[in-house]
Amino acid sequence: MTDKLLPPKKKNPQLRQRVPTLPPAMRSRAALGLTAAAARGAFCLQHCEECGAVQYPPRDACSSCLSVDLAWRETAREGKLIAETRIHASPDPYYRERLPWRSGLVQLEAGPTVLCHLHGDVGRGDTVRMDLKLDKAGQGVMIALPVERTPDMADDPQLRSLTADPKHRRVLITDIRSPMTRPLIDGLLAAGAAHIFVGESESWRRGSDHEAIAALDKVSVMQLDVSDASSVQRLAAEIGGKTDILINTARFVRPGGVLGADTVFAREEFETNALGLMRLAQAFGPGMASRTADGVNSAVAFVNLLSVHALSADPHYGAFSASQSAALSISQTLRAEFRSSGLRVINVFTGPTDDEWHQPLPPPKVPPKALAKSVLTALSEGLEDVFCGDVAKDLEERWRKDAKVLERELTGGGT
Amino acid sequence: MSEAISALAAALGDGSVEVVDLTHTLDPDFPVIVLPPEFGQCARFRMEEVSAYDGRGPAWKWHNISMNEHTGTHFDAPIHWVSGRDVANGAVDEIDPAMFVGPVVVIDCSEGAATDDDFELTPEIIAAWEAEHGTIPAGSWVLMRTDWSKRRGAEYLNMADDGPHSPGPTPAAIELLLKRDIRGFGTETVGTDAGQGAHYTPPYPAHYLLHGAGKFGLQCLSNLDRLPATGAMLIAPPLKIKGGTGSPLRVLALVPQTTASGDRT
Repeated sequence: MTDKLLPPKKKNPQLRQRVPTLPPAMRSRAALGLTAAAARGAFCLQHCEECGAVQYPPRDACSSCLSVDLAWRETAREGKLIAETRIHASPDPYYRERLPWRSGLVQLEAGPTVLCHLHGDVGRGDTVRMDLKLDKAGQGVMIALPVERTPDMADDPQLRSLTADPKHRRVLITDIRSPMTRPLIDGLLAAGAAHIFVGESESWRRGSDHEAIAALDKVSVMQLDVSDASSVQRLAAEIGGKTDILINTARFVRPGGVLGADTVFAREEFETNALGLMRLAQAFGPGMASRTADGVNSAVAFVNLLSVHALSADPHYGAFSASQSAALSISQTLRAEFRSSGLRVINVFTGPTDDEWHQPLPPPKVPPKALAKSVLTALSEGLEDVFCGDVAKDLEERWRKDAKVLERELTGGGT
Repeated sequence: MSEAISALAAALGDGSVEVVDLTHTLDPDFPVIVLPPEFGQCARFRMEEVSAYDGRGPAWKWHNISMNEHTGTHFDAPIHWVSGRDVANGAVDEIDPAMFVGPVVVIDCSEGAATDDDFELTPEIIAAWEAEHGTIPAGSWVLMRTDWSKRRGAEYLNMADDGPHSPGPTPAAIELLLKRDIRGFGTETVGTDAGQGAHYTPPYPAHYLLHGAGKFGLQCLSNLDRLPATGAMLIAPPLKIKGGTGSPLRVLALVPQTTASGDRT
């Protein structure tokens, strides 16, 4: 049984805040396949295309037949825990702070035996369900989980160190006017978030759900306009030290290609979608990055919502697509800059959303609730890239298969 | 120095003529006009630090600023409106600079606007004002005082489901002012027209009629309660923007101070 995670006590202001440390980050290039799978929540191992062997750890050649024709494939997650150990001493600074640490050997049904972290609810001889997760160093690691969910399973310290679970954490949602903000608030509260700050720009315009949202328990509406550096800095000065998860729902979108439109809307799209992200990261990032080892309510994730057309432009939303590509690029730099802290940058990609700016488009369109659910899944599972809805999933698959073919299809003809 | 300038300098020096600032501070969160979202929008005022006595510029602090021509307290030139598109010298850089300094009269509508968000300036109100203060002199700025500038936040634009609600002139009132050959018309609200001005014929009569006649507009003014009904001088020069349809500006009034007996100096 997992011990229920209790709300943290108020901090002792005389104690130094713990400085973030990271688990060992070195990997071979081959091993990064595990990281790539973990980032999107897949369980993949190397499969030899010649002899069919499934191997672990990842190598540059097949350990059975020496073929270099190795493919990363979804692999059955079931296995049996055949040995476990509890580590009481470690020279590694990260693990020293977290001892004792359990790890074990799991015999996978797919073939290999793997060394992995253990959830507290699994023991020797158990059938387990394997998961690949990103650790604080941003590398893919395996953890053996119970096959059936157990009570308070997510509270297990080893599992929680691999996720960005909102339980007992304080969350900033940047834009009250986004249609997904309300379902996101409801989901976060249900997931046990301690407090939710909701940014509101230009309250002088009226027309937001200010009254209803401000009336909710554990929710505060704060002034925040991501297009205004002074506004972002003001809010960071106020709550930057207690923002554990930042979810950027601010978005400016207008239909139109490149030739027919001027640069006025494009500028607003870049101001909000790309530079807004930079302003948020500059104002909140350093504070969050310094608090990634700050106990139960440590800072854990910076979440962006992106159009899947960040990968390949939708010419009907040309400037908007460009702003999304810019935001994706910024998020990649942020991953590099947050790497040493372990602060996770999560990108949730979506197809056309079911809102006023995609109104004449045919379904399927992503409802705000579905998008909110994807964000919650990304946090609780500790994912880094999530594709929400059929359109986004389909586009990602085609993009991974052949980006040029996808571009040709999206730019007219070829389908 | 000429006699007039010497006298003005002396009056400014001894306080018998006061300089009153009619300008709101340019603030990123100050309301701007909000159009239906499919239309292009008025850019908000924004300020980015370029350096602040630091590595980006060790001994100096400065900012990049950006905004629309119609952000904050601002001037409307004739070419701002379709009716004024062909007015000669209708852009801010072309207007005779003599037009930027001139007499100003203030029509006090603050009592009516306090109880009616859609209060209208009508020919009758102008006639009543003229009965008291005399005919509006040609070449005057005419300012509509509503005390709207004292409103803050959402109360300022006063947006509702059917659009904003704020006071303004009727088409007939503007026609009467044009008969008086005024210089321009100014308000404390976000535009020279009423919040519901779209529903008049013509829509937005202040914009349509004034600019069609080559007259100017001033909006987002403040401190109009510190101006006398007549007798003050307005200084309102917009930035010299090539082809500009308007400009944020500092609007100043030279106001003669009343003596203890109530006479103006």
